[in-house]
Amino acid sequence: MDLKLRVWRQKNPTAAGAFEEIDAPDISPEMSFLEMFDVINDRLTAEGREPIAFDHDCREGICGSCSMMINGRAHGPSEGTATCQLHMRKFSDGDQITVEPWRARAFPILRDLVVDRSAFDRIVEAGGYISAPTGSAPDANLILVPKEAADSAMDAAACIGCGACVAACPNGAANLFTAAKVAHLNLLPQGQPERYTRVVNMVETMESFFGSCTNHGECEKACPKEISIDFIALLNRDYVKAQFKNRRLAGQKK
Amino acid sequence: MSITLDAKIPTGPIEDKWTQHKFDVKLVNPANKRRYEVIVVGSGLAGAAAAATLGELGYNVKLFTFHDSPRRAHSIAAQGGINAAKNYQNDGDSIYRLFYDTVKGGDYRAREANVYRLAEISVNIIDQCVAQGVPFAREYGGLLDNRSFGGAQVSRTFYARGQTGQQLLLGAYQALARQVHLGTVELHHRTEMLDLVTHEGKAAGIVTRNLVSGDIRSWSAHAVVLATGGYGNVFYLSTNAKASNVTAAWRAHKRGAAMANPCYTQIHPTCIPRSDDFQSKLTLMSESLRNDGRVWVPENADDTRTPDQIPDRERDYFLERRYPAFGNLVPRDIASRAAKREVDAGRGVGPMKNGVYLDFGAAVSRLGHDVVEERYGNLFEMYERITDEDPYKVPMRIYPAVHYTMGGLWVDYNLMSNVPGLYVLGEANFSDHGANRLGASALMQGLADGYFVLPSTISDYLAPQLGTAPLGTDEPVFKAAESEVHEGVNRLLKAKGTRSVDDFHRDLGNIMWDNCGMARSKESLEKALQEIPALREEFYRDVRVLGENETVNQSLEKAGRVADFLEFGELLCLDALTREESCGGHFRTEHQTEEGEALRDDENFSHVAAWEYTGVDAKPELHKEQLEFEYVHLAQRNYK
Repeated sequence: MDLKLRVWRQKNPTAAGAFEEIDAPDISPEMSFLEMFDVINDRLTAEGREPIAFDHDCREGICGSCSMMINGRAHGPSEGTATCQLHMRKFSDGDQITVEPWRARAFPILRDLVVDRSAFDRIVEAGGYISAPTGSAPDANLILVPKEAADSAMDAAACIGCGACVAACPNGAANLFTAAKVAHLNLLPQGQPERYTRVVNMVETMESFFGSCTNHGECEKACPKEISIDFIALLNRDYVKAQFKNRRLAGQKK
Repeated sequence: MSITLDAKIPTGPIEDKWTQHKFDVKLVNPANKRRYEVIVVGSGLAGAAAAATLGELGYNVKLFTFHDSPRRAHSIAAQGGINAAKNYQNDGDSIYRLFYDTVKGGDYRAREANVYRLAEISVNIIDQCVAQGVPFAREYGGLLDNRSFGGAQVSRTFYARGQTGQQLLLGAYQALARQVHLGTVELHHRTEMLDLVTHEGKAAGIVTRNLVSGDIRSWSAHAVVLATGGYGNVFYLSTNAKASNVTAAWRAHKRGAAMANPCYTQIHPTCIPRSDDFQSKLTLMSESLRNDGRVWVPENADDTRTPDQIPDRERDYFLERRYPAFGNLVPRDIASRAAKREVDAGRGVGPMKNGVYLDFGAAVSRLGHDVVEERYGNLFEMYERITDEDPYKVPMRIYPAVHYTMGGLWVDYNLMSNVPGLYVLGEANFSDHGANRLGASALMQGLADGYFVLPSTISDYLAPQLGTAPLGTDEPVFKAAESEVHEGVNRLLKAKGTRSVDDFHRDLGNIMWDNCGMARSKESLEKALQEIPALREEFYRDVRVLGENETVNQSLEKAGRVADFLEFGELLCLDALTREESCGGHFRTEHQTEEGEALRDDENFSHVAAWEYTGVDAKPELHKEQLEFEYVHLAQRNYK
């Protein structure tokens, strides 16, 4: 099929960017969206035009590198699908496709479609872990985890950290990302000792980079792993509870 | 410089070696650990686990990754599970059995002492990961669940749906993030290692290129740890992530580290067959699918009926037929070659007749749709997304693809290469899997190396250096290495040829797959050894890398990696040519049994082939480490 692309081109973080029109004739419907970009980039190179920079790696929908805003939708038209697993059979001959990077203040553009998502790492560093230094663990089966809790924690832990939730949010909020990590750890028995410090530290770090959640629900819709917005409710509940849980205990010195 | 290979395997009974060794190594006292600098390159299971654990111990760690975040490393894509000899299923498992299965699965080409240690540590890994909050699958009573995997007759694989690698990596990444927060680990993302710097024969530091600014600079430390993964992408099409490469390991090799057994490559039997020429990578379907899926082809070549039209009696369940004891769960190399044999005989299925069926029809009727969905739901979805076919209704089509590489930089029992101070972990080293890796053992090895082995052995090297500072990065050795890196980058930018980097990479991949893939012969390997240097020469003459060094330049990144593959591929083929036997993933057509199984030559090839670099167009020098088997009885592997 023959397509017309409008792709955001931006040389470096400080340069002004603009859309570039690129013809994409003769695209096979069996290609993945990123394979189409491979083909386009080879053609651009042959014409002496610099190829389009885009993040990608595993191409199996698990590493979370790929990050394209396709016709205004994070990861494109297929629900529950990362860009790398989107196939051209979802498009039709003659389509015009607009491709942009994630747009969010916390994700500065580095080049073309490549953005810097380090702010996510900062949120995890603030508390997205269980403190369990290597070597200090008891036998694995000493910790009983109800199957329902393990399954629900896994649902949350499936987050790939791609940033689609932020890109889709009109406020540029990262609540779904943060909630997914908080829920994964706070639902498990191992996560209880740090439960309330974790949520406060992660939320406060999140708020220093990202916008605020006003319950639009765009994040859930855009998430390639279909992480439920219910986890944001859990995040909020734990955050509110933390306000009194984290008080010093009677007699405890500061 | 000539290499001496001393594996430093501790003496004594195999069960006691590791414990005794930990007692024998020199220690650094807790208050002194902060006086040491350690560089870790790579943030996958091995690298992240090592950096986090070294940080916990108190060392000053610098972690380098070319990804935008440590969590992107390709360990994340491992699906099926991780082995551990817990014997929670009461089915007769033990450390000794896991050790035995692994040595046998590796076709008797691994070091016994290393493999025993791996099996021993496997139980600690599961404990550690559970404590970190890895959401492994559970039984209703809250205990851990297990599944079985190829090459074993016990259920010892722990899993987190089809995303075990993701969850284990996130566990290691989170432990790492904690150390970053505490200030013991300094994180350098989007920073690629482009050279190893040695001083007086010891590792002194690395040279990196910042992938955003193009800045090339040096970093020094008391020790350098490479955890940079495998080299499967030398075949262009593989299940590896697009950016996985051999560059860090290869450049360390060029600085003196021996490369061991590069011809041991693993072809994974269950991947989605290639569908056309612009295919950019192959997608793995977890081996765990072989627990419930049955592999078959139509009995008659050129059968054009759809699978549901072919009655059971006209199907050939060739794995169950040829290997009744292990059936669909034979090790990967055996399953792969069996599939190749069927396809070569014209019984392949699918539009390009390049696959075999993996059928869940029986499993769905036996277990019901829901149970199958709970076990494999995400894999089925992934398959449907790629092929537009529903595996609950139509059998999957699968075919082998390059997946893992058992070879890598040579290391001793301490995981130190022959270059003092240079450690190599995980897939990047050669140590534990022999000539074939069993399923669910890569995650085990990466984490064993990172969480438990290196943190216990590195002090032996560091302790005597107490009070010495790392070499300054303004020393001439660093400046010289930096200018070599600059020259390398400029050479690629200045070629200004006509062909794209990917174009060369695809050509190299075709040479490798056709001549050094699932079946290799003297003739094919000699052909590859002619073609690769010619392609390399053409590459430097005709590659087109646009743009400059000072911005994000993905063509430039790729070009550097492909340039290294073009050198490394030649060594891989030379190793395959030199190893005149078949073993595990290395199958020489001249050396097979009457039934077409791999025929080893223990008399002449029971050794590790470690190659020393002598120059780009010079023949590398071969060093041998003899393998001694005291515990495992060498036999032709029998999975019948």
